[in-house]
Amino acid sequence: MVWFWAALLAISILLYVLLDGFDLGVGMLFGVARDEPQRRAMMSAVAPIWDGNETWLVVSGVILWGAFPLVYSIVMSAFYLPVLLMLAGLILRGVAFEYRNQQQRTRPIWTAAFAGGSFVAAFMQGLMVGALVEGLPVAGDRYTGGPFGWLSPFAVLCGVGLCIAYVLNGACWLVRKTDGEVREEAYRRIPYLSLVLLVFLVILFVFSLAEHLRVMHHWLDRPYLFVFPVVGVLAAIVLASSVRRRQDGPPFIMGTLIFLMAFCTFALSFWPYMIPFTVTIKQAAAPHSSLAFLFWFAGIIVFPLMLIYTAINLSVFKGKVPSGDEGY
Amino acid sequence: MSEPALLLSRLQFAFTISFHIIFPSFTIGLAAWLTVLEALHVRTGRPAYRQVFEFWLKIFGIAFGLGVVSGVVMAFEFGTNWSELSRESGPIQGPLLAYETFTAFALEASFFGILLFGRSRVGPRFYLFSTGMVALATTLSAFWIMANNTWMQVPVGYVVQNGQFVPENWAKITFSPVLWVRFPHMLLAAYLTGAFCVAATGAWYLLRGVFAAEARIMLRMGLALAAVLLLFQLLFGHLNGEYIVHHQPSKMAAIEARWHDQKPASEVLLAWPDVAHEKNRFAISLPAPFGSLIDSDSLSAAEVGLDSVPPQNRPPVLIPFFSFRIMVGCWLIMLLIAWGGTYLMRKGRLEQNRPLLWVTFLSFPLPFIAILTGWFTAEVGRQPWAVFGVLRTADALTPSLTTATATVSLVVFCALYLFIFSFGVFYIHRLLRTGPVGPLTQPPKAAVPNRPMSVVHERDTAEVLDAPTGE
Repeated sequence: MVWFWAALLAISILLYVLLDGFDLGVGMLFGVARDEPQRRAMMSAVAPIWDGNETWLVVSGVILWGAFPLVYSIVMSAFYLPVLLMLAGLILRGVAFEYRNQQQRTRPIWTAAFAGGSFVAAFMQGLMVGALVEGLPVAGDRYTGGPFGWLSPFAVLCGVGLCIAYVLNGACWLVRKTDGEVREEAYRRIPYLSLVLLVFLVILFVFSLAEHLRVMHHWLDRPYLFVFPVVGVLAAIVLASSVRRRQDGPPFIMGTLIFLMAFCTFALSFWPYMIPFTVTIKQAAAPHSSLAFLFWFAGIIVFPLMLIYTAINLSVFKGKVPSGDEGY
Repeated sequence: MSEPALLLSRLQFAFTISFHIIFPSFTIGLAAWLTVLEALHVRTGRPAYRQVFEFWLKIFGIAFGLGVVSGVVMAFEFGTNWSELSRESGPIQGPLLAYETFTAFALEASFFGILLFGRSRVGPRFYLFSTGMVALATTLSAFWIMANNTWMQVPVGYVVQNGQFVPENWAKITFSPVLWVRFPHMLLAAYLTGAFCVAATGAWYLLRGVFAAEARIMLRMGLALAAVLLLFQLLFGHLNGEYIVHHQPSKMAAIEARWHDQKPASEVLLAWPDVAHEKNRFAISLPAPFGSLIDSDSLSAAEVGLDSVPPQNRPPVLIPFFSFRIMVGCWLIMLLIAWGGTYLMRKGRLEQNRPLLWVTFLSFPLPFIAILTGWFTAEVGRQPWAVFGVLRTADALTPSLTTATATVSLVVFCALYLFIFSFGVFYIHRLLRTGPVGPLTQPPKAAVPNRPMSVVHERDTAEVLDAPTGE
């Protein structure tokens, strides 16, 4: 039962990162788009699906609370300000989808809100992940750091790193969904983004070595973990070649694969910890009666339905968005 | 833990949840009403029903979107500000809220897209079914939220293990008799909100002499429905009082500003409760045994006064006392309007009676005020407990929370909400003013399920302003 819910939580978070990742990435690219037709095309590439993508954040949140209340209470209270800023960013970019088209005069406000909100949300997510890797000060069942206990150079680096990764995925999505100038621009950006991301990964790696982060020992204990980065590197090679040959389809799939590998690497290198090196999955789990109550209907019936719905939603909107669409 | 951080967190929760409840309480009723309209349209084939349906669907879309956005915040706020509560009661509250997300989301997500964009792709019966499913989803959502809150009001079916509330009997939690009087109370309130907003809009159009056919449907259905529902609301309101007397005597004492035990009890109608001296000033009261009669259906029952509640367990008095009276006052005014309107309707003079149309038009805030003050009564009256009788609000607070961070978050939420909601309200107002005009919506070029608010772009609302339609 505990493992079932751990798996469901992992799937929900993964889906969130994969789906909302590119969508936040497009939001950040939106800020540097050249003109209004480009911005329109970019928005219509994510408009039909962003809401569905974001529901996975809420699903992750409630699974965390229902199945792992200890982790929910520690993580949420530790990341008080980052969570606040992330929510503010998500709300601003969410309403920007709707409000941007209301009035010509106020459009710049919502353009800024869309790009800025996307950036803040993505940055805060990366920052929180980084802070978790470094370890949160926890005593007993409570977070004991101050309001900025999560702040560190490493966490900030992770924040920037995740933004770049999201932007890369966003560019891959644009290549897949759009054509004309927007697609060309995205194609031109992918190599640079990939390079910057690589540099960041190296920096993070060196940083981890220098800081003697405990996760590094885990790696040495579990050599099979190296499978994931290797697959990631292979995906990066395919990505590069498909960009050179201007194939619209593969880049996004490869980008997603890189993300998936990164996620597996990440999740497995901390196994079985939920809050690295303080709280394990078993310690965090809610009592059996809670998990069972969730399992018998929400877990085995509703969750698969939600997965099917997500798949249908994505397949309905497959293919390129028509250019010059007046809607967005 | 610091005292200001506690106060700020309570203010923040009160502010964010008050803002949130406005939208669901509107959409729950509206979804049910849309189902009724669609059923009428399927049965009678009258185009005016369809016209009214399409019109309110757009407004439903915006209110629904704002409800979702503000609801997401709630899912995180329990953990950020009330980490002790979320850890200790997580095994019970977490699954209840998870069910809310899972069941309501699954249904809403599947059928809302059809509702907005699928009319041409599915048969009329399936379309009606989809409308019903969306209404069911909003109702389920309300059920789980009420289950969650009811457990905080009257905790049942649990044992305490290792500092956590461990669920022992889910049937007791989800079929708690308290839940089954509180859930209908909220549901009726939501239906009344929908009914009054619809009736007020109809009255507005009639006053302006536009959209006569649609306006008549809105006004008549709204008022007639409200006239009946208000009676049921009286019944369930009274049943709510009974659970409070039984399970939360301290809350009842605060609501009634009853400072001393009485047997039989009198009933204070209006007063200024003087908290410092523990007595009521300027009181207008009914003599005994009216208090016992109202609270316990008895001529001789003893009623608990605040003096028999230990001082550290007493709730604030002013807010429950006044918010309860405002709620009941709103109910009374709504009753007069709905019954007056229904009477005139039967006489066939409703549409000509301009004073009544004006009063109906101006009455749309009443159900919202009643819902907010009702919740203030319930939540403030529960204090000083987060989970009544077992976990104090002060002990539920995140221990590491500082005054500075709590201030920052409160300011950010206030600014952000006021900013985005003022735009949303402005937009709903624009739609309402424009009214049910134009051709019936054809399915737009790109179906966009999951994006409720996108439906409102489909028609340029400003151009067709004030174009009257005849019957």
